[in-house]
Amino acid sequence: MVDFGGWEMPVQYSGIIDEHLAVRRAAGLFDVSHMGEIEVRGPEALRLVDFATTNAAARLKDGQAQYSGLLYEHGGFVDDVLVHRIAEKHFLLCVNAGNQEKDFEHIRSLNRFDAEVEFASPKYAQLAIQGPYALAALGKLTAADLGAIRYYWFTYGAVSGTDALIARTGYTGEDGFEIYIPPEEAPRLWNEVLEAGREFGIKPCGLGARNTLRLEARMALYGHEIDASTTPYEAGLDWIVKLDKGDFVGRQALLKQKETGIRRKLAGFEMCGRGIARDGYEVRVDGRPAGWVTSGSPAPALNKNIGLCYLPVEMATTGRPIQIIIRNQPVDAVTVETPFYRRAK
Amino acid sequence: MTTYPENYRYTKEHEWVLMEGDVGTVGITDHAQNELGDIVYVDLPKVGTRVEQNKSLGSVESVKAVSDIYSPVSGEIVEINQDLSQTPEKINQDPHGAAWLVRIRLSAPDEVKQLMTAAEYRSHIGAES
Repeated sequence: MVDFGGWEMPVQYSGIIDEHLAVRRAAGLFDVSHMGEIEVRGPEALRLVDFATTNAAARLKDGQAQYSGLLYEHGGFVDDVLVHRIAEKHFLLCVNAGNQEKDFEHIRSLNRFDAEVEFASPKYAQLAIQGPYALAALGKLTAADLGAIRYYWFTYGAVSGTDALIARTGYTGEDGFEIYIPPEEAPRLWNEVLEAGREFGIKPCGLGARNTLRLEARMALYGHEIDASTTPYEAGLDWIVKLDKGDFVGRQALLKQKETGIRRKLAGFEMCGRGIARDGYEVRVDGRPAGWVTSGSPAPALNKNIGLCYLPVEMATTGRPIQIIIRNQPVDAVTVETPFYRRAK
Repeated sequence: MTTYPENYRYTKEHEWVLMEGDVGTVGITDHAQNELGDIVYVDLPKVGTRVEQNKSLGSVESVKAVSDIYSPVSGEIVEINQDLSQTPEKINQDPHGAAWLVRIRLSAPDEVKQLMTAAEYRSHIGAES
């Protein structure tokens, strides 16, 4: 168990590789109750959410979710968030555990609208059921038509008798669901999902597999690929920035960066030589310091050692030979297309 | 319940050494492999390298992290376990046996006396977990 922002979290149950492969081939169950929730309500809830985030919250319909950025004025990330539109006057933001107080204060400081911001984390536990058999497993516990929920949409339904927000979202690169439930029901539901998924080979999964799965799918992790010093453009998250939607926090900085161009960019790489790149390792190009690794790990489903790194933008093209400095030794790697893993549709 | 061989000596950093004459066979403990999880890479020194007690002699990497191997004794590397470069997962399966890491000819045999017995090591990891 590791301490993770005050939560006792298991890094692994049966082993990271075993859990990772279970999610790719069958199903995995994650306790992600540490994630934070912020609710925004009121006549101008949408205006506040749209002003605070980079993506077009106004395009969401009831029951739809959206990946988005919460930025500072200078364009760096406060956090990355999942915005759920429950109703026109009611939004639920799912945010990173370690950032939740900061996010809440940030959004509240922007609230010059007719809206209320609630720190709602204590109201929710969250379980993620991910993998090709996630629907079959969760489907045994609910009358909700899970197949009818499109990717990045959600519905309300009873899961084993407990009211839940059931979202078809995830952080693994697989199909799956994230369910938001009352904390007191979480231990029971955890056991019931495991029991329901047993015939499909479901496994309990920890933080370790969550990290390798998201990395293969090239999903950003706050504190690694994104932080207060990186912008969505640098992180390759252009698609969550909607400059034409009207004013939002960070828009001026992003407009300017779009004009002048970015100087560094996130790139995927795989190791050619023996060795595993780890977060923070130096990256060299032609023997000269060029950037740093933001995330690096063995990729259990790919049998490769992969990673993400920041490079000067002109070097961040695929097929470029780079060197990762591993314990003072340069080891060859090459930039590659991402995501490293894409599930068969 | 893991058994920690009584004839081995142990370090706080979770290495073990088995002495035979002036040569010690070194590995990491079952507790260490269990904490690390799936081991995917081992970096060992070359034969002939001189190592010092409590200094890093190499590293083992699991999916989640890289971890130094601290030498339990000072001396010269006389043999390394070649099998591990192709099958590092053996360390998870048999850490006290087939997955030994290196053999060291001791330059200061008295250093072994500073190491923990099996009973002391069991109580060390009991206190840690």
